[in-house]
Amino acid sequence: MALGKLFRTTVFKISLAYLAVSAIGAGLVLGAVGWNMEHLIDAQIAQTIDTDITGLSEQYAQGGMRRLVNIIQKRTRRPGAGLYLVTTAAGEPIAGNIVSLPPDILNRPGLVETAYQPPGDTGGKHRALARNFVLAGGFHLLVGHDLAEGESLRHILGEALLTSLLWLVVIGTLGGLWVARRVLNRVDAINANAQAIVAGDLSGRLRLTGTGDELDRLGQNFNAMLERIAILMAGLKEVSDNIAHDLKTPLTRLRSGVEQALRSAKSPEEYRGALEKALDESERLIQIFDALLSIARAQAGAGREGMIDFDAASVARDVGDLYEPVAEERGIALAISAEPGLYLHGSRELAGQAVANLLDNALKYGVPEAAGLGPNRAPAQDPKGTVELSARRCGGNVEFVVADRGPGIAENDRLRVLDRFVRLENARSRPGSGLGLSLAVAVARLHNGSLQIEDNKPGLRVVIRLPAAPVRHEPRAPLAVPQPDKAA
Amino acid sequence: MSLMRILIVEDDSEAAYYMVKAFREAGHVADYVGDGLDGYARARDETYDVLIVDRMLPKLDGLSLIGSLRAQKILTPVLILSALGQVDDRVKGLRAGGDDYLAKPYAFSELLARVEVLARRNRPGLGEETVFRVNGLELDRLAHRLTRDGKEIQLQPREFRLLEYLMKHADQVVTRTMLLENVWDYHFDPQTNVIDVHISRLRAKIDKGFDPPLLQTIRGAGYMIRDGSR
Repeated sequence: MALGKLFRTTVFKISLAYLAVSAIGAGLVLGAVGWNMEHLIDAQIAQTIDTDITGLSEQYAQGGMRRLVNIIQKRTRRPGAGLYLVTTAAGEPIAGNIVSLPPDILNRPGLVETAYQPPGDTGGKHRALARNFVLAGGFHLLVGHDLAEGESLRHILGEALLTSLLWLVVIGTLGGLWVARRVLNRVDAINANAQAIVAGDLSGRLRLTGTGDELDRLGQNFNAMLERIAILMAGLKEVSDNIAHDLKTPLTRLRSGVEQALRSAKSPEEYRGALEKALDESERLIQIFDALLSIARAQAGAGREGMIDFDAASVARDVGDLYEPVAEERGIALAISAEPGLYLHGSRELAGQAVANLLDNALKYGVPEAAGLGPNRAPAQDPKGTVELSARRCGGNVEFVVADRGPGIAENDRLRVLDRFVRLENARSRPGSGLGLSLAVAVARLHNGSLQIEDNKPGLRVVIRLPAAPVRHEPRAPLAVPQPDKAA
Repeated sequence: MSLMRILIVEDDSEAAYYMVKAFREAGHVADYVGDGLDGYARARDETYDVLIVDRMLPKLDGLSLIGSLRAQKILTPVLILSALGQVDDRVKGLRAGGDDYLAKPYAFSELLARVEVLARRNRPGLGEETVFRVNGLELDRLAHRLTRDGKEIQLQPREFRLLEYLMKHADQVVTRTMLLENVWDYHFDPQTNVIDVHISRLRAKIDKGFDPPLLQTIRGAGYMIRDGSR
């Protein structure tokens, strides 16, 4: 892996930023420690000096100048001794181990920090903390303490700071690189994987580590996206396959009919007949085309922006009302029931069409097999079957249920129709579930709902379950005259 | 239907040619222009009963054309023709100022019926009537009452609306989709011809036992309430 690439990673940049923050933090902490230490040392020195002065001034009071000078000479001979100087009132040195001092030092009260020169040392800078004490008789006693100790401590602390910062930088950089490399490895793996999937086989999926960390979750979402794309692609493919099949068959008939007429028709009547046939075929083509287009659009989620809140009960009643004479004509009892105030958010038109398709199917195919109704049969005295259409609330959902007493759909076919809803071919090969059912499924999905095919024992029961509208509104201005719940 | 002056704004010259020919055969005057700007100029400067406007036009698209006309207070009824036939497209078209919307491909009988209804709509005095009368059949919208030759006929609410629409457009062809749109407010194409069944049921109530039959089927087009004695 190229190092440059590693440096460009977000993880590495974050590591660097973190490192900078840690370095500043460490500096502050060590600085504070150093500052405190210095103060502590200064305080200790001051105390030592004060104790010394008290002791020496006592000795002076008891034994006079000679005793003081003796003690100081004894003390200054010891290695690492403090600084001592005894002078006359005029400042002439009498005893001590200080060679030169700034002249005004003896006139300053309290603890003073000053430069000084010890005996036998001409170069170098020596600094000391000192205090001047005036003895009886006007003599000055100066007691001091070299600050080299504090300075060396500062030096040690400074070095420690530098060393630790250096280590921090080294470890931080290496750690950052290591973490970046680890993350980059996984991201690169995901990228490579994704590229391979995008470039080639869309059925491939990212390998997940199963740790559930953020990269895994990213991978999961990516896989979910791929899943969705695959479904859309499959839908597109199936739709185009179906278009090819459903449209080419009538197109072939249309073309053959026209060809045949051009080749062999003799009389105007024959031409007229051929043209009428061609018109019928084109009409059928348009119908299929419209149905396929509606399904494709609903599947693609088109028309979502035009969604409104509408009353599901009125949809059920309107559609029931629309089909009621058809049911009566076929001798089927149509029972419509709708709970009031069932609000859905979506397309009233599409919901109506979906329910109409289900009802259409139920009325066409949902009669008991023995009845064997013809399409134009006169109204029968006793119903040949019963079809129920209802809209009801079920938890947070609104359900449209269309149930009949017909032959139903075998269980394994039922699953097939649902799972592979876009396989119009399969759906159409079963009675009662043609393009209409596919559209109903697409409409249910568009509304984030589902369509289920159940056994009505006997018969078929199709349930469109749609999530109810979150907020209930006043019904929109009724476009239809209110209908009694049960049609006559 | 009396003579109508129709302006067709359509960029497909062949489709326009068929339309012009068919409208002339139906006894109307039809002009044709091929782009939106010409269409706007003609509609502004001349008087037409109905404009037929394609949605996708060169130079000025159909919806903008309608918007410009409406901004100029030119309220000639407009029928929008479009390959986009979905509900939301229709809503957009009507919102832009169109009066009716027909998706391509269409049957000419459908187009003719709609154009005739639009042309009639703009004539004064229509739409305010509360009682419709056709040869002894009398429908009172406000009283919700229907009589024929003085005898009261009971209709279900939906049948009443169906008949009301037919009688409002008496002597005009009304297609199945027009009925579905105006009486049920749905625009889809039912797989079964449900409207036919409603009509035959209505016919049984208003024509059975009376003479002449008023509710007539116009073959290949739709239905019409017509004074059969004429």
